[in-house]
Amino acid sequence: MKYIDAEKVKNKMGTRLILNNILKSVFLLATLFGLIVLAVLIIRVLTEGISYIDLNFLTGKLSTNPDRAGIMGAILGTLWLMAVVVPVTMFLGIGTAIYNELYASKGRFQQIIQTNIANLAGVPSIVYGILGMTIFVRALDFGNIVLAGGLTMSLLILPIVIVSSQEAIRAVPQHFSEASYGLGATKWQTVKNIILPAALPGILTGTILALSRAIGETAPLVVLGIPALLLPFPGGIFDKFTVLPMQIYYWTIDSSLVDEYAYLASATIIVLLVMLFLLNSVAIIIRNKFQQRY
Amino acid sequence: MKANNHVNTESTVQVRKLLEKNKNSKNLLAIGEKFIPKFLLLIALVSVLTTIGIVVTLVTETFEFFQRVSVAEFFTGTILKPLSQNPEFGILPLINGTIISSIIAMLVAGPIGIMTAVYLSEYATDRVRRILKPMLELLAGIPTIVYGFFAFTFVTPLLREIIPGLEATNILSPGIVMGIMIIPMIASLSEDAMSSVPNAMREGALALGATKLEVTFRVIIPAALSGIISSFVLGISRAIGETMIVTIASGSSKNFTFDITQSMQTMTAYIVEVSGGDAPAGSTIYYSLYAVAMTLFVFTLIMNIIARYISKRFKEEY
Repeated sequence: MKYIDAEKVKNKMGTRLILNNILKSVFLLATLFGLIVLAVLIIRVLTEGISYIDLNFLTGKLSTNPDRAGIMGAILGTLWLMAVVVPVTMFLGIGTAIYNELYASKGRFQQIIQTNIANLAGVPSIVYGILGMTIFVRALDFGNIVLAGGLTMSLLILPIVIVSSQEAIRAVPQHFSEASYGLGATKWQTVKNIILPAALPGILTGTILALSRAIGETAPLVVLGIPALLLPFPGGIFDKFTVLPMQIYYWTIDSSLVDEYAYLASATIIVLLVMLFLLNSVAIIIRNKFQQRY
Repeated sequence: MKANNHVNTESTVQVRKLLEKNKNSKNLLAIGEKFIPKFLLLIALVSVLTTIGIVVTLVTETFEFFQRVSVAEFFTGTILKPLSQNPEFGILPLINGTIISSIIAMLVAGPIGIMTAVYLSEYATDRVRRILKPMLELLAGIPTIVYGFFAFTFVTPLLREIIPGLEATNILSPGIVMGIMIIPMIASLSEDAMSSVPNAMREGALALGATKLEVTFRVIIPAALSGIISSFVLGISRAIGETMIVTIASGSSKNFTFDITQSMQTMTAYIVEVSGGDAPAGSTIYYSLYAVAMTLFVFTLIMNIIARYISKRFKEEY
């Protein structure tokens, strides 16, 4: 008995192969679509904004006059914001990761903490903005200063830092800590001298990537009420501030009033993207140079 | 001999001192060992406190809002006029805007994301994949404010050439750009799901004479379905919570309409408008901020829980 009709199979073969090849190109086109959009976006921003970038723009104060406007205040604001976010998230993120991975007993409580972190990672950034506005700006009465913005941003990226730090700690092989215990070290000595140094490259990579999210994030800061036109440069974490994305936001929505604002927004985007690019390069260098596979 | 003895006693003393010192530091160590886990627990509780903080602020202020506006009016009202003389607070226009923009985004991101995943996982050679994947990650790393700028100053004018009657602020353009933003997320999560289908299944199907396309649609996608669906749900959640793109490119009209060429406001954009404006603390409009945020929070939370449930519950284990 013949199960397969060879003739039929042969007749169908051609169309099946053609279909396969056609769809292969369709899939490739779909993959390239995202990249083409990326290219268009970058080329457009570059052609519009690059001529506006000069020393005056980078070191000048904000101004309603497009020819005189500078973004030094926003650059400093972004840097001060990082000065709050980096220590706070590293302290809280690494601490939580150490607790969850190495100290917490595997049980209900640990599961609650883990589920909680997973849920926090999915909360929209604007909700963090509302939390920050209610707690830091109003209840603790900080006002919209760098500290309030920094703490809000820290809470926003905390889940990312925790998860990546936990992964880095988990990647340190068991026999490292066993050897340390064997030499008579206590648990904390083992954590501090053996596990953390081995996990550090992974932790740093994750933290830097989370930071680049914080640098580009706008929505929570809008809710905190960061002002549109701020002239004095921020000189510390207790000063009022603005950041690069906020400046892009205001120039974009005002570009229907003054055409040049769109070019200023482009120029600011270039500065922001360069900052992100540098940060990511550092992360990649750390990952390639220090990350060891055990 | 004598000298030797002397040295001995001296070294015994030294050893005794060392032991003493060690004991002291051991006491210190023991205290540290006891104290450190508690300290770390306190740090770990910050993330729990964050959740509690979010829920408590949203719930208490939303409760205050519902003292002034009835629950029924809020959830069934199709008119949102917070600033008028007789303010009305119906959330349906915002939910409508949120859902429509998310649908547009998913119509873009869903097909393109999954096709990208198929290409990377099933067709691309190792070398091609190693070039394309980091570039897609680049797309994921662009801040949303930049996408908002792109939607407002590039995509909208472009679409207006094609679609006459498209308003300067409309829901279509930010929807599409949001979709582009979500492509890398769906592509990479779906690709992970597809790559984890064991090679033996591919080879089995190929050996039976199936083309790569048939393998993809009849073997790989069914086997990876849970991962693909959960990536979709996460994509929807991301679209619902996205703020800056819709704020910039969709304007602030609070019409209850299904016409995608018009301006619509999403829940997130409303929060930006109200908090960015000068809503005096204690006013009804100020509390409406929390009621809308609460709704948004519940929407995304449900989506995230569904996504996690699907990927856990229906995961095929090999």
